[in-house]
Amino acid sequence: MINSSLKQLSQMLAKKEISSVELTQTFLSRINQFNPSINAFITLDEAKTLTQAKAADVRIAAGKAEALTGIPFAQKDIFCAKGWQTTCGSKMLANFIAPYDAHVISQFDAAGAVNLGKTNMDEFAMGSSNETSYFGGVKNPWDFERVPGGSSGGSAAAVAARLCAAATGTDTGGSIRQPASLCGFTGLKPTYGLVSRYGMIAFASSLDQAGPMAKSAEDCSMMLNVMAGFDERDSTSLNRPKEDYTRGLVSMQGDKPLKGLRIGLPKEYFAEGLDAGVAKVVQDAIAEYKKLGAEIIDISLPNSKLSIPVYYVLAPAEASSNLSRYDGVRYGHRAEKYTDLMDMYCKSRAEGFGAEVKRRILIGTYVLSAGYYDAYYLKAQQIRRLIADDFVQAFKKCDIIMGPTAPSTAFKAGEKADDPVAMYLQDVYTIATNLAGLPGMSIPAGFSNGLPVGLQLMGNYFDEARMLDIAHAYQQVTDWHVRMPELKIPEVAA
Amino acid sequence: MALNITDIKSIAHLARIEINEQEAATTLTKLSGILGLIEQMQAVDTKDITPMSHSQNVVQRLREDVVTQTNQREEFQKIAPILGNGSGLPAVQDGLYLVPQVIE
Repeated sequence: MINSSLKQLSQMLAKKEISSVELTQTFLSRINQFNPSINAFITLDEAKTLTQAKAADVRIAAGKAEALTGIPFAQKDIFCAKGWQTTCGSKMLANFIAPYDAHVISQFDAAGAVNLGKTNMDEFAMGSSNETSYFGGVKNPWDFERVPGGSSGGSAAAVAARLCAAATGTDTGGSIRQPASLCGFTGLKPTYGLVSRYGMIAFASSLDQAGPMAKSAEDCSMMLNVMAGFDERDSTSLNRPKEDYTRGLVSMQGDKPLKGLRIGLPKEYFAEGLDAGVAKVVQDAIAEYKKLGAEIIDISLPNSKLSIPVYYVLAPAEASSNLSRYDGVRYGHRAEKYTDLMDMYCKSRAEGFGAEVKRRILIGTYVLSAGYYDAYYLKAQQIRRLIADDFVQAFKKCDIIMGPTAPSTAFKAGEKADDPVAMYLQDVYTIATNLAGLPGMSIPAGFSNGLPVGLQLMGNYFDEARMLDIAHAYQQVTDWHVRMPELKIPEVAA
Repeated sequence: MALNITDIKSIAHLARIEINEQEAATTLTKLSGILGLIEQMQAVDTKDITPMSHSQNVVQRLREDVVTQTNQREEFQKIAPILGNGSGLPAVQDGLYLVPQVIE
């Protein structure tokens, strides 16, 4: 059951083969067993969770169930959920009880889904290994010595270890896709503006986007149906007609379901810096796509190598502005001792933020300070356009772009923790889509030395349905997405 | 541009983050590495390129000028930081937030 798809769980619930309470308890008992070692969750509240499960059972009995009613999900701790501790992985918000629901949370609630708990993450989503969390690192379920990736590391580990049916994440520079690659599951970052950012704690507002983290493309499509949609409370939410993201999946049958599909392979994504084992897995996956009828086309994204420098100007600049709200006055951490108001601000922020968050605030403050604006911020915005234009040109030649999601498999905890620049390179293949606002996915494509490898799919704006179809076609003929790690953890004494 | 310790302290002050000598020194090393990475941008000719601030070319929506929010002051003030006097109470009084005295 823990490895069942959302569709299967939904059918089991509809047929009353299992109740939502039973299903929820199955996952809660796995969480109790494994979470002490994995540390995927920051906050659990069984009473709240089971109340939702009971309500879902009532709704199912009344014949008013929707696709996700009664299914337990883990929510990244970046989403405000009313009455739940919502920390964003930071000491600054360690005692913050959200007074309202994020749009994503209300959407899951309205669908009758069950909230299993809030998952661990890099502090304010700034990191690629989950090591910057105030609440400690997260173990990669495939190898406990290794990181799950980040920033959505807790959600990633929870999905990989089957501690939840699926989870939510957010992706500013790769925070859904890179952990999906490192933990071996399917993750989607939608087109910027598709999922409302209301109540999602802000990091870099022009890049942040929420998305599903699940076993398969089919699961992601069902979740996106619930998550996507216009919300007037987010000024950048796009007002478009509602789509059914599952609509095309059924057509991905037969011998050559992808006949006529043009897949672009950017040469820059297969150059120096890519681990040979990862490259091999990705090439094998591309070969599988050829068998499904796709045509492979060589393309170039010449400015993509600049996406990391551009990102590390723009994201910290936006972060320094967004995080200025944490002043210790209205909520969040306030220092115990201070001499005056200025001292209270400076001490509260020095104590409340961790080292990486402080670094990014300082970088952002610097690049926005008088005299440097043109050289850094404006320059970065200009190159951002060049990067986005590369994709416009590429999509004239192909329908979808594929490549590796991350340059390597999961690395060991501590390996890059002291070298921010080495850590930043983890997102070398994912950041460009955030800058351009395009949708990106990572799907499990195999293993290198026993560790999962993800294949990245990059689509044109609002092409999520087609990307999910293309991912689904691959998952019809491969079984990487249903592989799960053997968790060798001693049972916790009762 | 190479940064020095004085720059780090002044940036930290602008960002309202207290920083001691040792932290400033570590920060200088790390920030210099990151700025080295960022410097790669300077090799690109961006003459006449329009800056891109946002991926979607949309205009700011406006809404009707009507009341949409109800007063939730009590709800919001429940989560105010705790007073430093050991009482465990939130730093609020009469619907206002308590901060150190600013005006004598």
